[in-house]
Amino acid sequence: MQSYFLVILQGALLTVGVSLGALVVAVILGLAGAAAKLSGRPLLVALGSVYTTIIRGIPDLVLMLLVFYGGTIGLNTLLEKMGSEATIDIEPFAAGVITIGFIYGAYMTETFRGAILSIPKGQMEAAWAFGMGRPQTFLRITLPQMVRYALPGFINNWLVLIKSTALVSLIGLQEMTYLAKQASAATRSPFIFFLFTGALFLIYTWISLVALKKLNARYSLGTKRVQL
Amino acid sequence: MEWAVIFEPDNLALFGNGIVITLWLLFSSLAVGAVLALIFALILTGPWAPLRWLVGAYTFVVRGTPLLIQVYLIYYGLGQLEWIQSRWDSVWPWTHFKEPFFCALLAFSLNTAGYTAEMLAGAIRETSAGEVEAAHAFGMNRFQTLLQVVLPSAMRRTLPAYSNEVVMMLHATSLASVVPNMLDVTSAASRIYATYYLPFEAYLAAAAIYLVASFCLIGFFRFSEGRLLAYLSPRRN
Repeated sequence: MQSYFLVILQGALLTVGVSLGALVVAVILGLAGAAAKLSGRPLLVALGSVYTTIIRGIPDLVLMLLVFYGGTIGLNTLLEKMGSEATIDIEPFAAGVITIGFIYGAYMTETFRGAILSIPKGQMEAAWAFGMGRPQTFLRITLPQMVRYALPGFINNWLVLIKSTALVSLIGLQEMTYLAKQASAATRSPFIFFLFTGALFLIYTWISLVALKKLNARYSLGTKRVQL
Repeated sequence: MEWAVIFEPDNLALFGNGIVITLWLLFSSLAVGAVLALIFALILTGPWAPLRWLVGAYTFVVRGTPLLIQVYLIYYGLGQLEWIQSRWDSVWPWTHFKEPFFCALLAFSLNTAGYTAEMLAGAIRETSAGEVEAAHAFGMNRFQTLLQVVLPSAMRRTLPAYSNEVVMMLHATSLASVVPNMLDVTSAASRIYATYYLPFEAYLAAAAIYLVASFCLIGFFRFSEGRLLAYLSPRRN
């Protein structure tokens, strides 16, 4: 019994790994998506809108199965057409990180877009008046200031992202949900193992929440709170 | 791509049946969840501290753990408990714990109740003090104020957040496919994938169905927001 708990605890590391990896992908896609949607160029705006609308309209699980099963066959068909004999297997870890990152990139896009829109326009105009180019303005003026506006939405997205990593167990990644299911099948006592895994998820989300709230307080230094 | 396979009568029927199950699961868990959420929200904003603490702990746990774990816990976990095992052959509510549909429904209802309760509680807390004072000035007692003033306004203001929750629940029903013998849209796609080895066609068809369903729900909520929240929108002239 006890060794199963230890194994699940080790699986927790993989859960943390998948979620952090997916977060990096999601933030990069989110920034790119927000930049595209705010660029004012019709093609980029349309591309960004299609991305956020379609991704947010399809369940995570279906997208994950599509990428994992469809992606493997698709890549191999492509390789075959190119005349290569090699075959590729998409790893569950990579599939998980890419799919979850891709999905939450859409949610991040909306969060970041809202945050950028919240920054007073004068800030960007002042930067341009100082002769800063667009990339420089983005890195030095927009990015540091949008953190404050983006954090509340970012915290929500991150908590949902953590919970969606449990789905990666369904495409065979041996993270803690997968291991809990294996342990349940082996010992015939599913209740305690799923309870344990649930508790681990709860600890993970709770620690994230506390840490991010501290960060939020830090980035809100000096803001006036509205008194109702 | 072999889209013809999807349009074979048998497979169309599989998807059609899946749509019925998915929607049935969605609406029944939303209905049960809404009733529970209303009770929980009233407790969360109510005066009984121990109950408030209990419901607060419930929403914390439900919102902090993955739905997949909750489904596993109810479908596989509860069946292990001897207390339930001794009852599920004969004693009434427990006989349902053997049915996959009931277990999925229970997990989804409890899940959406947790999220909706917090939304509704937030809206009740944000009811403007003037509305309540006016109700008291009219001579309404606390129960009347709650029923005729606070709840109608709070429930309307929850609508935008609730529409997100409904779309999230539609997507969450795809998790029913992890329970054996449930044939929702996602399971239908998985079955077609397994039979024909056509992952793109099968899962893209499922994705399209969910996308259309999401758009319909969003459209419906936009329409009802326009009607029910018209008094909150900025003046046009």
